[in-house]
Amino acid sequence: MAKPTKPTKPPKPEELVKIDYNPPEKPWMEVPVEFKPGTFCYGTRPKYLEEIGFPNPREWSPLDDDWKLPADWKDTVLKGIGERLKKNRAFHLFMDICVRCGACADKCHFFIGSGDPKNMPVLRAELMRSVYRKYFTTGGKLFGNLAGARELTSDVFKEWWYYYYQCTECRRCSVFCPFGIDTAEITMMARELFNLLGCNTDWIAGPVANCYRKGNHLGLEPHTITSNIEFLVDDIEEITGIKVEPTFNRKGAEILFVTPSGDLFGDPGTYTCMGYLMLFHELGLDYTWSTYASEGGNFGFFTSMEMAKRLNYKIYAEAKRLGVKWILGGECGHMWRVVHQYMDTWNGPADFLEEPVSPITGTKFENAKTTKMVHIAEFTADLIKHGKLKLDPSRNDHLKVTYHDSCNTSRGMGILEEPRYIINKSCNHFHEMHEDTIREKTFCCGSGTGLNAGENMELRMRGGLARANAVQHVRDKNGVNMLANICAIDRATLSTLMQYWVPDVGVSGIHELLGNALVMKGEKERETDLRLEPLPGKEDEDV
Amino acid sequence: MELKGLLIEKKAAILSKWFDLILESYPSDTSTFLKKQKNQFANPVGHTISEGIEGLFDGLLKEVNSDSDGVSPFLDNIIRVRAIQDFTPSEAIGFIFLLKKVIRESLQREIREHQMYDELLRLESRIDDLVRSAFNVYMKCREQVYELKANEVKKMTFRLLQRANLVKEIQED
Repeated sequence: MAKPTKPTKPPKPEELVKIDYNPPEKPWMEVPVEFKPGTFCYGTRPKYLEEIGFPNPREWSPLDDDWKLPADWKDTVLKGIGERLKKNRAFHLFMDICVRCGACADKCHFFIGSGDPKNMPVLRAELMRSVYRKYFTTGGKLFGNLAGARELTSDVFKEWWYYYYQCTECRRCSVFCPFGIDTAEITMMARELFNLLGCNTDWIAGPVANCYRKGNHLGLEPHTITSNIEFLVDDIEEITGIKVEPTFNRKGAEILFVTPSGDLFGDPGTYTCMGYLMLFHELGLDYTWSTYASEGGNFGFFTSMEMAKRLNYKIYAEAKRLGVKWILGGECGHMWRVVHQYMDTWNGPADFLEEPVSPITGTKFENAKTTKMVHIAEFTADLIKHGKLKLDPSRNDHLKVTYHDSCNTSRGMGILEEPRYIINKSCNHFHEMHEDTIREKTFCCGSGTGLNAGENMELRMRGGLARANAVQHVRDKNGVNMLANICAIDRATLSTLMQYWVPDVGVSGIHELLGNALVMKGEKERETDLRLEPLPGKEDEDV
Repeated sequence: MELKGLLIEKKAAILSKWFDLILESYPSDTSTFLKKQKNQFANPVGHTISEGIEGLFDGLLKEVNSDSDGVSPFLDNIIRVRAIQDFTPSEAIGFIFLLKKVIRESLQREIREHQMYDELLRLESRIDDLVRSAFNVYMKCREQVYELKANEVKKMTFRLLQRANLVKEIQED
């Protein structure tokens, strides 16, 4: 029989509420990471890595003690860092120049929401800088810990993995850094290093493999894509009485349209997709969908530059095959960061395409001179500006709208005015969130860069807290009930975020709002909006 | 002299001490930020806690039911945050008990001199009652997190199931 244990004194309430995951008596370097449920994504299944020819495919879990890394994993990481320091000057600079002024410390949505000091951008970067100093600087080699340097151990590697998958590469911190240090670049390098050892997340590796084989993240085959768009076509006919007739893989079309595959399947993205279809029909646009370049998004971008390049290539390849003149892209966030900042370098020059010109207004999109790819917000804003669309904003009178700037389109490429212009022409009620939370200073949805999995829901709710808090304020002050945005990941994840933090606010793309307001030639009197919900004033009628 | 009057008089000091104690449940770097940054958009957690505990305190003084509209939004706001942070359930709602400690310590002399123990016990019972409601709120938040996970999976596949005729809408007659 077990010896009865001596009753211990119950802890006092104030002792109970104290959690100290960063004990002050120990410096941060000596506190090993603890994987807490709800804050990390599952490790990738081997089949996804095999499909794209990536190293070290095996069954593993971040909770395992042994991550089944190859014996020479440390050399691989250090060699990987060395190569990236040489190849990427920004990375090298960011490893050296931080003066720890702290300007970035409280600007990260993950720090604001979690309170975990290792989510301060400066400390998150320091996780890698400390190793950089140890192996790549004289001071670090000589003085070690005194110079802020530390050994690369498996605990350090795990800590990197935990925290570099708690950064959405949103770049808000870089807006406040006096040196312009871009923590996103450091996170990108870290994730490349993980992929040298087969340590991607399942949520990212799955879409990458799908996209590589089938052209889109969801792994949809051509017939599924066409039939689902036809499904949306039926809904449009029910609402407007007009049968729109999209074409697929049509050679000789003037424009190839590429959008994130999330718009084809997940609500509320599908309503945005209906908006595109209606707009193009109304314009009589000579465009085609592709069932092969069927993804604007690029989860390869959250894996490695090489993988992103491989996935991105299909867009130009398909444009060439179909013989189009230029490419129009749908509402997406990171897709545009890739197009705007990398596509031309990776897969250009797209000299087989023409400089994009709107066939309706004659506007030359000079900003897209090299990529030949135009953002739909620019395209549509230009149409409205030239009076080419008839809009009835009163059809959106049941909505009080605010606008969330996606990190990538705002900070990454400066699309700030066009979406607001479209919303203001399509809706009568628009209210901005607080100036510290929009435009270049926008708060991330908390689920970007492939963090929009289910198993890390607590992390996502923390990451989105600052965004939700600003939405809550305009809801309380102005009665806002719709959060518009131009990003497919936002449409999916902000819906969930709102359900937790601000439950009476919906989420929509701006082309859904435009689709509601668009007066189409020959349409029947509209009874419902694109969600098949009664329009203002039609609530009591039998529809 | 009544305890209630005393609590009203010392409200600012009590709330400030309570706030500081709650922030001690965060790492020191974080609590400094939560305390100093006054912009509600830059520091939603600190703002929610400071606004929330004031609402709870006022509710206790007014002796309103802890489940009532006067109190529950404040309770909900604070616990909704703590329910998704790195806290165990007891840590997430235990901050309410700290108010007892603050009141006992801040008003020790007055309570003893004026023999306010009956009133103090009644107040402490109401604080206990608040914890009971807090537990409900905490559970609601946690259940919601799991619901969100399930709903996202459903949402992702809904259109596919619809396409495959595997979704049947219940027709209203």
